[in-house]
Amino acid sequence: MITPEHLKWPAGADCTAVPYAVFQDQEIYDLEQEKIYNGKTWNFLAAGAEIPEKGDYKTTYIGDTPVVVTRGQDGEIHAWVNRCAHRGAEICRERHGKSEDGLFTCVYHQWAYDATGDLRGVPFLRGLAGKGGMPRDFDKKRHGLRKIRTVNYSGAIFGTFSADTPDIESYMGEDVRASFKRILNRPIEILGTTRQYLAGNWKFYAENVRDPYHASLLHLFHATFGLYRSSQKGGCVDNNKLNSVLWASGATEDEAALDDMKKDKLRTLQTDQYELKDRSLLAGKKEFDDDISLVILSLFPSLVLQQIQNTLAFRQILPKGRDRFELVWTYFGYQDDSEELRNIRLKQLNLIGPGGLISMEDGEVTEICQNATVRDGKYLNVLQMAGREVKGDDHLVTEGLIRSLWQGYREIMDF
Amino acid sequence: MVSLHSGDAAAESLDKLAEAMLDREVGELLNAYVQSIDDDELESWPDFFTEKCLYRIVPRENHERGLPAAVMWCDSRDMMVDRITALRHANIYQVQWYRHIISAPRILAVTGDEIHVRSNYAVFRTCNDGESTVYNVGRYVDVIVRDKDVLKFRERSVIYDTHKISTLMVIPI
Repeated sequence: MITPEHLKWPAGADCTAVPYAVFQDQEIYDLEQEKIYNGKTWNFLAAGAEIPEKGDYKTTYIGDTPVVVTRGQDGEIHAWVNRCAHRGAEICRERHGKSEDGLFTCVYHQWAYDATGDLRGVPFLRGLAGKGGMPRDFDKKRHGLRKIRTVNYSGAIFGTFSADTPDIESYMGEDVRASFKRILNRPIEILGTTRQYLAGNWKFYAENVRDPYHASLLHLFHATFGLYRSSQKGGCVDNNKLNSVLWASGATEDEAALDDMKKDKLRTLQTDQYELKDRSLLAGKKEFDDDISLVILSLFPSLVLQQIQNTLAFRQILPKGRDRFELVWTYFGYQDDSEELRNIRLKQLNLIGPGGLISMEDGEVTEICQNATVRDGKYLNVLQMAGREVKGDDHLVTEGLIRSLWQGYREIMDF
Repeated sequence: MVSLHSGDAAAESLDKLAEAMLDREVGELLNAYVQSIDDDELESWPDFFTEKCLYRIVPRENHERGLPAAVMWCDSRDMMVDRITALRHANIYQVQWYRHIISAPRILAVTGDEIHVRSNYAVFRTCNDGESTVYNVGRYVDVIVRDKDVLKFRERSVIYDTHKISTLMVIPI
C-alpha cells in the first residue's frame, strides 16, 4: 500500500515535532492497520498459560482484526483470523473457551475447522438426496481460515500476518529481549484480567509508556504520601527504535534532586501532609537479583510487559478506531509463588490497572490529548526533553524513547 | 429466638417480625452506603465496614474462572481511608458523579453472627460533558455483621458485569 502524498508529514515535522494528525486522521488509522498490524510486526496474542490444554482457545485481536489463538491436539499454538472462510461470520464468540472435539464450528452453516485453521467439514457437501451440494471441484484445502504465523516466546504468544517479519528475538533487540526474559524466567500463573476502554488514539498510550518524564509529575500517589522524596535512579533504552525498556530502582535520597523539585514548586511535593494508614500496600518482597523495582517494556505495537514492585502484567493495546482503544491487563505471578507472595501481588494490584493508584491517570491523559487536538492536525507537539537525539539515556528525565518511537513509525508508515 | 408468648403460631409470627426487621435494617445499610457515595461523602465510606474487612471489585470474568485479580482490593478499613485520601489529593481524573440504583436485595442466609446478602446494582456516571451513562452494573455479595449494635460489612464483593471499564475507576462502587 503506497502512502498518499497528502498524508506525509509537513515541513518542520520530525521525530521531535509530530503533527497531531497522526492521532486524529481516519486515513492514517486505516493505513496503520495495513502497514503496522498487517505488516512486519509481532503482536501479543496471549500468555501460554491462558490456553494451557489441548483445545483451549482465546479470542483477541491484531490491530482491529479479530483473531483466535488455539492450542491444537498436538499441543502446539496456532492462530487464525476469526472469520469463517464461507461467508465471513465470527467463529469463536467467547473470550476464552475449550473445544472438546478439537473442532471450531461456525454457527451460520456449521463449517468446521481444526485448531490449525484447516477446513474439515462442510455440511451437505454432496447435497441432500441428490440435490444441492458444492461443485465437484470444491477443494476444502483451499478454503481454510486466514492463518497467522505464531511464536511462543518464554510463555508469551505473538502473531504476525507477514512471512517477512524477522524472528522474535531479532525483532525485540538485545536489551528488550534480556529484560523480557528477566521477567518471564519461569512458568507463570494467571491471576486475572481487567479491561479498560479509552477514548483516545492508541499512540498516545504508546508515547506514555515510553515517557519516564511524566512519572512523578502526573502520578502523585507516592508524593502525596511522602513516599517519593527524590528522583529515582533508572534509565531507558530503545531497540530497533520501536521497542524499549525503561527501568527504575528503589527511590534513593538525593538532596540535589530534591532541591531542584522544590525550586520548581511542583505539586509533586506535598511531603508530610498525609501518610499511608495501612502500609501493607507497599510491603513488597524482593524477588529479582537486582534492585530494579520498575520495568516498563514496550514491544511495538501491541504489548507492554511490566513489573512494578511485585506486580507483573501484560498490557495489550488494541486500537478500536482512530479515537479509541482498549487496554487489556493480564496479571500474573509465578507457578511457584508462595501464598505470601501471591497475596502481596494481589494487594499491590491496587497500584495498577484501571483503578490503579499510580496508573489510572495514564488512560485519562490519552483522552485529554485526544480531545484537545481534534481540529489541530497540522500543529506539532514538542519532544525535546534531554535534547533532540533519538536514543535512550541513563536517566529518566528524557523523551528520547518517544523520539525513537516516532522515527521508527515514520519509517514503517513512509511519512 | 425466645418467644414471650405460648404457642407455635405466636412464635412463628414473632420470627416473621424479626425477619422483617432484619430485612429493613439490611436495606437501610445498603441504601445508606450508596447514598453516601452518590452524595460524595466518601470520607464516611470506610465506616460502613468493620475494622478488619474485605472490599473488592472483581470482574465477573475473573470470578467465573476462579481468578482472584481485582480492580480494588482493601483488606482493612485503613486501606479504604488511604484510597479516599488518594482520590482527594493524589489521583487525577475528570469530575464525575455516581448514581447507584440497587435492586433485588435478598438475605440468603443467617449463620452465626453473619448475614449473607446479595443485591444488584447499576451505577450511572455523569461527567463534565453532562452526559449520564451506564458506567457499571453488577452485583454485591455481602457478609454483614452486627458491630456495636450497628450493621456493617465484614465483606463486600462487587462483582461487575461491565467488564469494559470506561477510562478509569477511582470512586468505589
